[in-house]
Amino acid sequence: MSVLRVPEGTQAIFRVNPVAKLAAALLLAGVLMLTIDWVSALVALGCEAVLFFWAGLSARMFLLRTLPVWLAAPTAGLTTLLYGQAAGQVYWAFGLVHVTQGSTDLAVATTLRILAIGLPSVVLFVTVDPTDLADGLAQVVRLPSRFVLGGLAGLRLVGLFIEDWRALELARRARGIGDGGAIRRLAGQAFALLVLSIRRGSKLATAMEARGFGAPVRRTWARPSRFGGREYALVGIGLLVALLAVIVSVATGNWNFVLA
Amino acid sequence: MTAANSPTSRGASVDARGWGWRHAGRTGWAVSRLDLRIEPGERVLLLGASGAGKSTLLHALAGVLGGDDEGEQHGRLLVNGGEPAAARGQAGLLLQDPDSQVILARVGDDVAFGCENLGAPREEIWRRVQESLHMVGLDVPLDHPTSALSGGQKQRLALAGVLAMRPGLLLLDEPTANLDPAGVIEVRDAVARILEHSAATFIVIEHRVAIWQELVDRVIVLDQTGGVLADGRPDDVLASQGERLSAAGVWVPGRGHGMPIRRATVRDVADGTLLRAESLAIARTKSVVVARDLDLTVRAGSALAVTGPNGSGKSTLALTLAGLVKPAGGRLEASAGFADGAGAAPIGWTSRQLLTRVGTVFQDPEHQFVAGTVRAELAVGPRALGRSGPAVDSRVDTLLQRLRLDHLAEANPFTLSGGEKRRLSVGTVLATQPRLLVLDEPTFGQDFRTWREVVALLLELIDDGTGVLAVSHDSDFVAAVADREYRLTDRVANRQPAAPR
Repeated sequence: MSVLRVPEGTQAIFRVNPVAKLAAALLLAGVLMLTIDWVSALVALGCEAVLFFWAGLSARMFLLRTLPVWLAAPTAGLTTLLYGQAAGQVYWAFGLVHVTQGSTDLAVATTLRILAIGLPSVVLFVTVDPTDLADGLAQVVRLPSRFVLGGLAGLRLVGLFIEDWRALELARRARGIGDGGAIRRLAGQAFALLVLSIRRGSKLATAMEARGFGAPVRRTWARPSRFGGREYALVGIGLLVALLAVIVSVATGNWNFVLA
Repeated sequence: MTAANSPTSRGASVDARGWGWRHAGRTGWAVSRLDLRIEPGERVLLLGASGAGKSTLLHALAGVLGGDDEGEQHGRLLVNGGEPAAARGQAGLLLQDPDSQVILARVGDDVAFGCENLGAPREEIWRRVQESLHMVGLDVPLDHPTSALSGGQKQRLALAGVLAMRPGLLLLDEPTANLDPAGVIEVRDAVARILEHSAATFIVIEHRVAIWQELVDRVIVLDQTGGVLADGRPDDVLASQGERLSAAGVWVPGRGHGMPIRRATVRDVADGTLLRAESLAIARTKSVVVARDLDLTVRAGSALAVTGPNGSGKSTLALTLAGLVKPAGGRLEASAGFADGAGAAPIGWTSRQLLTRVGTVFQDPEHQFVAGTVRAELAVGPRALGRSGPAVDSRVDTLLQRLRLDHLAEANPFTLSGGEKRRLSVGTVLATQPRLLVLDEPTFGQDFRTWREVVALLLELIDDGTGVLAVSHDSDFVAAVADREYRLTDRVANRQPAAPR
């Protein structure tokens, strides 16, 4: 089991630099966060629904990976519906709960917005290889290599943590302390995992240093990370979707600037 | 291959002049008063009792001991006449734990990592990567996931990563201690191939002398109290110091005496059955069945060894029999006498009920430590059984003495040495006197002294009627302890890539 399992595929999207995917997702999210209205979110979502055909995912994979977003969006929507700022006509009230015209509008807008931001982010990142992302962040974005590579190497430990957690659970049962309250047991186990993680981390740091990590020479990169036509195209598509959402929203008078 | 394109550059020299190192926060020196000269191209086996500072010396030579805040240094230690830390990449260090040396997700990238850090040009890097992988005999695609490698393959991968840096000094710190016998051979052969083509100076730490004896031309024995105890040709040193080395925990070839012996012979007690498995199927996690159709019986006063290749499900079988992992199919029943009113299926027993029935010693002792001191660690089980204070204290005191841990009673379990951790992990289980002892690779990576102690302790328990089930790759251990052997084979097709343990 590895969180770094290399995604496989031959579609164009797999060859796009992860930095471009990150940029496109951030751009879209940034623009859609500026307003809370259902029109902009719906327009973005409509465009995305078409674009997802080129996302390099099967229908099954798409549903599986985006399931958390599908669950989170209506949950957030429902919360907003029940407890959101009351405005306009009151449909139903019970204690703290006020379902009003205003909270209904807000709930729909929130649900659509989470989908419009969440779905493309997840879809773009499913096809990102962490190693390629690190290469891109260091070579294209020029983030410090120590920071980027440290993070990348640390990510590899996550798989080991999962195994450690399992072993700790069994060991606690074997030691006779597996019967008590779940919360206390989990707390103790989490602390044990923390101790093990720090030890694994420091061992990894030694192994990295032994391979010259942090040597006082200019580091070279075995894998080139390029940002070219394909990458600009993807960011351009993200920009287009964002612009279209804004234009339609403003034109129909629904633009609702959050900072206003 | 000619010297001109050999994978390692010219050999580096090593000079220690009154060198010593003390880790920050410790009172004793890890190494002290060390005077030593190793010529370029020499091949050295570094021996010494555990705690003699072998690892510290190797880490220092690799330049990864850290600066002034990590410890205190006296004297000088020089590689090719310069400070080791100032010339990263000149020395390549291979460590013990295969899992903590994999840095990146793909094989090729991992090997390239060191070259990148040293600023090698891109084309040159990939040429070296190919060459190094070929050298260690790791024939997998460059984009092969590192997580799918076996322990022996991971060590060869790390070795390739070190080689690609073209070090003049090749340092190996117990590179095979965590490997199964097949992995040990893989790594040893890879090193032999490298040494054939390389002029690099070579230093290896290993307490199993036989593995490296043929490959080295010099043996240096570090003295626990500082300096060098013996230094010379392998045969001479092993002949003159054999006894001392053996007592200090080194596996000296041809020195099997002092091995523990079983007192009682196997008693074929008809009603001694503890557990019986019929057509048992075992799974590590739900749905991933690793073996099926297993039939076996675990008896009191007898030892059963579970053997087999990596990934055949040995550990999973042990954990299943120990009542920790749910069987995936078939039957696993405890005899009425063993269950003692707790139900026939061990997985249904409570954690507390397990304590007096099955004691499990995990492969990695650190997984089973739950307390802040050695004393408290040993008291966990008896306290969980609700025993009174004085009864717990007397039991703990007995164990501390028996396991030679009394001087460490107040130490944190995580700060113990490998051998001490192993003894403590066995002790925590013995504290509640379970009728069945399940051990997963109890002698993995242990020096001769700890090995002997663990074996002696188990034999004593078996003679007293305890049932023992041990997973082991160690044929010496199986021969010394086991009455019966249960061999798991690679029967289940389409399995996941071999798990690391």
